[in-house]
Amino acid sequence: MEYKNLVEINQERCKGCGLCINACPKKVLGFSEGYNAKGYHPSEVQRPEDCIGCGFCYRMCPDVCITVKTLAK
Amino acid sequence: MPYIDKMKGPHALSGKEFTYCPGCHHGIIHRLVAEVIDELGIEGQTMMVAPVGCSVFAYEFFNVDGTVAAHGRAPAVATGIKRAMPDKVVFTYQGDGDLAAIGTAEIIHAANRGEKLTSIFVNNAIYGMTGGQMAPTTLVGMKTTTSPYGRKIENEGQPIHVAEVIKELRGVAYLERTKVDTPQDVIKTKAAIKKAFMAQINGLGFGMVEILSTCPTNWGLSPVESLKWLEENMVPEFPLGVFVDKVGDAK
Repeated sequence: MEYKNLVEINQERCKGCGLCINACPKKVLGFSEGYNAKGYHPSEVQRPEDCIGCGFCYRMCPDVCITVKTLAK
Repeated sequence: MPYIDKMKGPHALSGKEFTYCPGCHHGIIHRLVAEVIDELGIEGQTMMVAPVGCSVFAYEFFNVDGTVAAHGRAPAVATGIKRAMPDKVVFTYQGDGDLAAIGTAEIIHAANRGEKLTSIFVNNAIYGMTGGQMAPTTLVGMKTTTSPYGRKIENEGQPIHVAEVIKELRGVAYLERTKVDTPQDVIKTKAAIKKAFMAQINGLGFGMVEILSTCPTNWGLSPVESLKWLEENMVPEFPLGVFVDKVGDAK
């Protein structure tokens, strides 16, 4: 399945602050159950089909972990 | 899979992992400054002066040359750099303990002289690096490690409103107070930082942006709770807005 918008999260860089999860208007993101090497629960994309590519997560991420991609026309 | 990058970390950031606590707004503000440097195309001719405080290693995170000044003296060091190399774009990145406490003299006189500098002033109402002591910008009644019963007006006075002090000085070309707790405010803050850089590039004078920021660790709140705390407590005390704008709207 090919989604229109794609959010990629660098989970090893993520500190699990949850600001992106709080900012997402479509509740696409959530905390992952596993840990990263730093011991945080990083953010992960849980419902990619709902992503509208607004980039709020990118704007609020304090650690520049997020890249927002969109399908080329 | 022909995906194209819509939003990607700016080139002017070195890619080194930030040393800040989870949820600290320093990272957002670093990214905004780097995005502005990218958009203005001034990466090779920008120099920064880092402060003493949490952002003391800020020069490591940017792909620009930089140095660290003694506590509070970043505007004085930046003045020297700018006067020696007037073609460079020089900015200082300072917190409230640095700029509003020990560095009050430097920032006021740099602004009054109309030095062609840009200051990014991060106001989180507390000393972050040293463990949450009271800063000049700490709110009345706010508990910190050095004011365990809350700041009292009779002992410590009212918080300093740096932007309101600086706005009276005639060398200032751009001055705005913003916050970064919502995506909309992040966009507005980026525009403000860009204008503060334009004030310098156009040779108009001193540009400063005061950014209200959170400190989840020392406020004792979660990152998401501290966004609400900032909105409810800091914004009424430090009203947002443009105080001085000699730059005008970009074409």
